Amino acid sequence: MQLESMYQEIILDHYRNPHHKGLREPFDAEVHHVNPVCGDEVTLRVALKDTGGEPVVEDVSYDSLGCSISQASASVMSDLVIGKPVSEAMTVGDAFVSLMRSNAAPDAAPPDEDVLEDAMAFAGVAKYPARIKCALLAWMAWKDATARAMEGDHD
Amino acid sequence: MTTTAHLNSASLDVDAIRADFPILSRAVRNGRPLAYLDSGATSQKPRQVLDAEREFYERHNSAAHRGTHLLGEEATEVYEGARERIAAFLGATPGEIVFTKNATEAINLVAYAMTGSVGPGDEILITEMEHHANLVPWQQLCQRTGATLRWFKVTPDGRLDTDPSPITERTKLVALTHQSNVTGVIPPVAEIARLAHEAGAVVLADGAQSVPHQPVDVATLGADFLAFSGHKMLGPYGIGVLYGKRALLESLPPFLTGGSMIEVVRMEETTFLPPPQRFEPGVPPVAQAAGLAAAAGYLSGLGMANVAAHEESLTAHALDALREIPGVRILGPDTTSGRGGSVAFEVHGIHPHDVGQVLDELGVAARTGHHCAWPLHRALGVQASTRATFYVYNTHAEVDALADAVRYAKKFFGV
Repeated sequence: MQLESMYQEIILDHYRNPHHKGLREPFDAEVHHVNPVCGDEVTLRVALKDTGGEPVVEDVSYDSLGCSISQASASVMSDLVIGKPVSEAMTVGDAFVSLMRSNAAPDAAPPDEDVLEDAMAFAGVAKYPARIKCALLAWMAWKDATARAMEGDHD
Repeated sequence: MTTTAHLNSASLDVDAIRADFPILSRAVRNGRPLAYLDSGATSQKPRQVLDAEREFYERHNSAAHRGTHLLGEEATEVYEGARERIAAFLGATPGEIVFTKNATEAINLVAYAMTGSVGPGDEILITEMEHHANLVPWQQLCQRTGATLRWFKVTPDGRLDTDPSPITERTKLVALTHQSNVTGVIPPVAEIARLAHEAGAVVLADGAQSVPHQPVDVATLGADFLAFSGHKMLGPYGIGVLYGKRALLESLPPFLTGGSMIEVVRMEETTFLPPPQRFEPGVPPVAQAAGLAAAAGYLSGLGMANVAAHEESLTAHALDALREIPGVRILGPDTTSGRGGSVAFEVHGIHPHDVGQVLDELGVAARTGHHCAWPLHRALGVQASTRATFYVYNTHAEVDALADAVRYAKKFFGV
């Protein structure tokens, strides 16, 4: 059985006790993303802190409906990006996208475990193409919200 | 328990049927046998259908309805022979059978062709239990024309709420499913068609889930149009059917235009052939039509009443087996009365995607998600569901495998 390789304990823990869940104020941008295949959805807010130089991810809050993979991914993602400068957090996001593509592109550079931390638990998901979108839903929402928040800075 | 009462299906020789479907003997994940419970999405294809397509390509391949050579004549015979076979399958005449790409295109054909015949003040009536294919085209028609979209609601147990009837003198068309692809509910199409006709409206039935699974006679059904897909009834992808009453088809303008559907073309204007050719532009899909005709022949050989009886027996077994698992809620009716072989359910505490993953790991192929019926799921108070659908080749052992897999999923996720 390969179920255990997909549903790692870390994933099930985050699913049962999600971190940073619930919508909070203040925020700089809010997005709503859906997975049209299954109807999973996430509303996600990003608050950035102006530090004089590069903005830092001050808070990520979200409300979501979905499977264990999408819920756990949102929880792990918020853990990983909160407190990081935006560019560093984006690097983690890019590494996660690479991890999800690792099965489709086995010759690419291996994912950086130091960057991904708990998100490495999703490696098993990459073997199931139908579930990759579940794992990516919150990450894509976060990237979108952050990009919008950054645009707002320049207004 | 009554489960054992329907452990055997007297109506079909399932072992013999399964031998006609090569895919059913392959192994899936972990070397497990395949329990294919997703025929509502697409059915498997028997050798007879594959052979019919291969024979056409190997012996007769040519463009139908053009050319004077022998192969062209044979291709035309195969194509028009398929039309006759489908007409006989439905109790219709060949001139009422339009080949389309699938049920979705058949419905879009009617929705586009009606663009000039409805406008502000007119109402298009659908239902809350429609597949998106019988919902979005009508929304679009209303947006194009200024007509108003209205709908029958569903009752909490998933039946169509027909009292009071929303049919009025403003209703121009009623479009409704003949069998829900989620709950299996079979709405009273004939009764609704009678009311609609009294009000002067035409009726389109979405037969994607009914024509493959129960005897359908267009005169008894009472609908003016009936749309369905070949690939859900043992046939190939890429071909579907629009049945339409002859006089109505003659009154409709073309939808897709081009070659094959014209009478005379001048640079300034074109006249069109009568139906069904008016609605079949381009070189016809003859191999697919041959496959579809073989599928209809295969089903007729089994007898559609036997097909329906077999599925009812599997459905009763599935409802019994799932009902006794704590935390499982059947969406829609939990008896076999007035419903077909689609059983959608939720498992308390486990998202359908996760249920489906466990099922897959155990070799059970079921559908998870909203099954292209998002408004129905909303009406029934769920985001998504897990769905098992049955067909001629399914066994009672596969129903047991489904129930065992659901129990395993509960254990795995600790709910």
